[in-house]
Amino acid sequence: MKTAWERVEIAREAERPKALDYIENIFDEFMELHGDRNYGDDKAIVGGIALLGNIPVTVIGEQKGKSAKENIERNFGMPEPEGYRKALRLMEQAEKFNRPIITFIDTPGAYPGVGAEERSQGEAIAKSIMEMAGLKVPIICVVIGEGSSGGALAIGVGDRIVMLENAIYSILSPEGFASILYKDSTKAKEAAENMKITAEDLQKLGIADHIIKENDDFEKITQSLKRYIIKNLKELQKLSKDELLVKRYEKYRKIY
Amino acid sequence: MVINKVRKINHKESQTRKNEAASDKMIGKWVKCEACKEILYKEDVHENLSVCPVCGKHFRLSSRRRIAQIADENTFKEIASEILTKDPLKFKGYLEKVNALREKTNLQEAVTCGTCKIEGEKCVLAVMDGNFLMGSMGSAVGERITIAIETAIEKRLPIIIFCVSGGARMQEGIISLMQMAKTSAAIKRLQDAGLLYISVLTDPTTGGVTASFASLGDIILAEPDALIGFAGPRVIEQTIKQQLPEGFQKSEFLLEHGFIDKIVERKDMKHTLGKLLKYHK
Ligand SMILES: [Zn+2]
Repeated sequence: MKTAWERVEIAREAERPKALDYIENIFDEFMELHGDRNYGDDKAIVGGIALLGNIPVTVIGEQKGKSAKENIERNFGMPEPEGYRKALRLMEQAEKFNRPIITFIDTPGAYPGVGAEERSQGEAIAKSIMEMAGLKVPIICVVIGEGSSGGALAIGVGDRIVMLENAIYSILSPEGFASILYKDSTKAKEAAENMKITAEDLQKLGIADHIIKENDDFEKITQSLKRYIIKNLKELQKLSKDELLVKRYEKYRKIY
Repeated sequence: MVINKVRKINHKESQTRKNEAASDKMIGKWVKCEACKEILYKEDVHENLSVCPVCGKHFRLSSRRRIAQIADENTFKEIASEILTKDPLKFKGYLEKVNALREKTNLQEAVTCGTCKIEGEKCVLAVMDGNFLMGSMGSAVGERITIAIETAIEKRLPIIIFCVSGGARMQEGIISLMQMAKTSAAIKRLQDAGLLYISVLTDPTTGGVTASFASLGDIILAEPDALIGFAGPRVIEQTIKQQLPEGFQKSEFLLEHGFIDKIVERKDMKHTLGKLLKYHK
């Protein structure tokens, strides 16, 4: 049994598969679409149309890099407002064309920068969260690595929340938590254990619906995730649009 | 290393605060304005809605006084007062801290909600309070705000939320984060019902509250010179390793960048809200 801190380290490993690796392995085709139609194209978020078997779906992912160079290009997977606005644009497009939405969450958080605040990171996240609550198509959110703070939740409101076995989902990083609550960032390990951030914790707290077991065979992991997505999309597509939205509302409404 | 620096700053800040508190006590009836450094008679400040009579600095206001300033006399009827935190993570020392604060502030949580009239217009009013764990949003705050929004939908009333918050309630972890989704989903229903939501941002409004209901008003007002942002200024400074420009993340900065509708001084707030409610009758 791994400790919470061990999982934090695994979730952050540079060589751990990133959103695009999952997208490539799960879907038969993927066409990336760019830009928020307003300001720019944030490379920390990828999105587009993919084929699941022969069903078109909209896919959104927070994309970290594996190398230093890639990470600079992807801003370490920390989106700016235009990233969230691009994601929302693509998700609204999905609703228009009745495509289900699959999101892949993997971020240390929304980028805390001057430009991000000037263009209102807060508004971008808030709007995305609110609109996702009302999109009339099934949404499945998969936490594949680090799900940290509002920057993760911004693409994380859906009908099913799935977590990879070693993924974490938290209010902020254990380091940040330790420096705020224990006034000592070196107590991050201790913080991680108390924060309840592992997939198992999240399932116990009633937030994660399902955990995908991990092993050394990435192919097996993605196949198991793919089976889960197909099975659950089938279930969700049986619901009327009103039922879907009522159930999604109730899912969050009961968290107290 | 960066974190060490922050710790030192924190330590220094808390020392200054202690010193200030001590000098406040010594002066008794007098208080020094943190903005213009003028020594003010406490009664005068109180009478002036807790705004500095010399420079116009808006001091922080308790929810009780805010409600008294905004709601018509004897019209505020509290709702959801029975909603308290369930300490979802069973976080060590948290309930003790909350209980001590309840004793000290005479508040049960960081938000008070109810129905009231403003210049004769009926509405739902939710007022956050920075004296209760920095107005942080935990499960009880999220639940109370959601009940307030649902009450507005049920009774077909407009809703006004006064925000002040340091962000999410850390001690409630992921349950705290999920309150952003819960409250925003409720706002979505309010919008679909065609009802008015006015969000009023006061000093400081940051973190998870900014990234949820605070930023979702049909009309967003702010008090002058309030700190409003998602990331805290210190976190940004650590990230970019530069000092932030004067006025960054203040109400005036947000107005300039197009993210709030209007800055309203405290003395004009009630009448402004009254007018807006009448426009939407
Ligand atoms: Zn002054």
